[in-house]
Amino acid sequence: MRRMRLLFAGVGGQGTLLASRLLGEAAMASGIPVRVSEVHGMAQRGGVVESTVMLGGVESPLISEGEADVLVGFEPLETLRALSRCSSSSCIITSTAPIVPFTVQLGQAEYPDVAAWVGFMERHCRRVVAFDAQATAGKAGNAKTVNVVLLGALLGTGILTLSPEAVREAIRSKVKPGFREMNLRAFDLGREAVP
Amino acid sequence: MHELLTDETGKKLFLLGNEAIVRGALEAGVAVAAAYPGTPSSEIGNNMLQLCRDPAAGLYFEFSVNEKVAMELAAAASAAGLRSLTCLKHVGLNVAADVLMTLAYLGTKGGMVIVNADDPSIHSSQNEQDNRAYAKMAGLPMLEPSSPQEAKAMTVEAFAVSEALELPVIIRTTTRTAHMRAPVELGPLPRESRGPGHFVQEPMRWVPVPAVARARHKVLLRQTAAAEEMAESSGFNRLEGQGKTGILASGVAACYAADALEDLRCGERTSFLRLGFTYPHPRRLLRRFLGQVEQVLVVEELEPFQEEALKVLAQEAGVPVPIYGKRSGHLPRLFELEPAQVSAAVARVFGLEPREAPRPDLSAVPTLPQRPPSLCKGCPHRETYGAVKEALAALGLTERTFFPSDIGCYTLGLLPPIRMTDYILCMGSSVGTSAGFSVATDQKIVSFIGDSTFFHSGVPPLINAVHNRHRFCLVILDNGTTAMTGHQPNPGIAIPPPGYDRTRVPIEQVVRGCGVERVRKINPYRRAEAVEVLKEVLSEDGLSVVISEAPCVLYAKRAGGKK
Repeated sequence: MRRMRLLFAGVGGQGTLLASRLLGEAAMASGIPVRVSEVHGMAQRGGVVESTVMLGGVESPLISEGEADVLVGFEPLETLRALSRCSSSSCIITSTAPIVPFTVQLGQAEYPDVAAWVGFMERHCRRVVAFDAQATAGKAGNAKTVNVVLLGALLGTGILTLSPEAVREAIRSKVKPGFREMNLRAFDLGREAVP
Repeated sequence: MHELLTDETGKKLFLLGNEAIVRGALEAGVAVAAAYPGTPSSEIGNNMLQLCRDPAAGLYFEFSVNEKVAMELAAAASAAGLRSLTCLKHVGLNVAADVLMTLAYLGTKGGMVIVNADDPSIHSSQNEQDNRAYAKMAGLPMLEPSSPQEAKAMTVEAFAVSEALELPVIIRTTTRTAHMRAPVELGPLPRESRGPGHFVQEPMRWVPVPAVARARHKVLLRQTAAAEEMAESSGFNRLEGQGKTGILASGVAACYAADALEDLRCGERTSFLRLGFTYPHPRRLLRRFLGQVEQVLVVEELEPFQEEALKVLAQEAGVPVPIYGKRSGHLPRLFELEPAQVSAAVARVFGLEPREAPRPDLSAVPTLPQRPPSLCKGCPHRETYGAVKEALAALGLTERTFFPSDIGCYTLGLLPPIRMTDYILCMGSSVGTSAGFSVATDQKIVSFIGDSTFFHSGVPPLINAVHNRHRFCLVILDNGTTAMTGHQPNPGIAIPPPGYDRTRVPIEQVVRGCGVERVRKINPYRRAEAVEVLKEVLSEDGLSVVISEAPCVLYAKRAGGKK
């Protein structure tokens, strides 16, 4: 696989770490060089959470401005915040379901217009897949599967030379038995969400 | 079975740097480990706490009250012939520095490893000190991994180096290497069981009265020289290529440098020195490196540690090669590095334009709403802050009161609307600084400290406050766990993790034992009662302690869910 830098951005509690880890496990099982960088600490306190997945021999754990080949945004505001790390040749997969921060609820700031900014991304980046991943997760049986829905969408774009089956296998081996079937369903629904 | 006990040589696991260190310690036959939690080192202790419940691990582990005690525990185990480990965050080594400096003189028997995790960019700390300086100050060997695989290999090697030199060995990680996950190939786990250690009394070795300490300092210098020889031939120090431009890098900076050379296609024109055994400086290797290049860029985070060593060496060797890095402004001394900064610095020494992909014009993006961290919904600290605020207002003391505080989740009381955090230095400083403020001002002082932080370093200053009759009210926020770093147990633990059978030390007894006479307990969720107690306590001068007792909601939920 060619060298690729993937950025996962979301909000604490959305499962960005698990998604990047599952992708990493799948890459490792497929013999693709992989590194994942995790941000620990504030994850349970509603802050911004980012992780990176580096494929094909990239050593750096961080992604600078303009360096991301792929941005997987778990929440539209966080997708927009991470947009500076994308270039015109980046692919963006994003959920369109907002998680409104308390600073907006307190009236300190305004939540951006999601549809308008998705339009902006579509005009300026190579490819954009935007959908309500939370609604899709609900169809899978649990809104908490947003992370695996987006992982499914990432695989559904075909931009990774990684078989969806490898990710399904990672889900089978790493997700707790009680949640396995639901997550496999979420993964498939995510793949189908890609036009 | 814990994943890290997988007994299948050659199998690959997808491990965090911190997990790889634990696996390396297991492969090396670590018998005793102790730590105080601190980001980004915490996962080492968390995994060891789980592992020590499995007899197959052959491991004693404890979360000690603080880093000094943890290091003393590991030092003693080593003196008794066992392999031992302690891990801590950079500022934790300040707490243990008193142990470290003399331990370097006494030396060790069983291999002893100190894992030190730095936090460049201050993701979750109060400063970004560069602890490589400690290796130099103590004269101890230091290894710095740049990947989880290296972290495991270096841990195994560090135990061997420690035993060969009879010195503790420092493994220095940073946030990025501690929290990087990658495939790690497993080595064999030890077969033989480790019997109990045995301490051989030898006062001329282990009791650093001046005559012994002088002799041991001599031994330390000799062993540091022996360590330098090991660094010279270490497989973790690799000089790649024959190009006329030298790049020297270590730790995560070596990752950025390697990617920059690949992206800029400069590999052929480079002599790339990747250092992993980073102290003592391998001077012959550095001399050889200097000899084959016409210019050098040193890529490292924070202080110019390697850069200055290289400049000293260049002076000694009379090599007039320009050495770029921090002093020349190629790279900043502030914060962790970013790939683009390193790429730009590498491009600059090669006289190239930095490679940049065309980017969308983002000037129209508005200022985006922040998501600052905040106290959790239902957190008892919120309630305590609210009750104190209400009591002060009722007494008309709001204007003349301020709040020294301490390190933990409750530091977030800094933010609006709470705004009740006014001064913090380090772990436990709420108590000592309250005493200082009470001497220096006639303001009202109410300070806050968490249960784990109180045990860590709040007790001696409290005794001091009793003895010297300082006047302040210390509110101990007792949520029954070390919440900030991931709910590690502490001596006051209210809800022990599964299988955790250790003696509970109630905070109230400790406070009374320190000699505090006015001690009250409140339940922060019972606002009216809590406010009444606080009003009574705050209306008087002198020293008082209020213990606000209610479990961390996250931890209680998780512990409840596990049943």
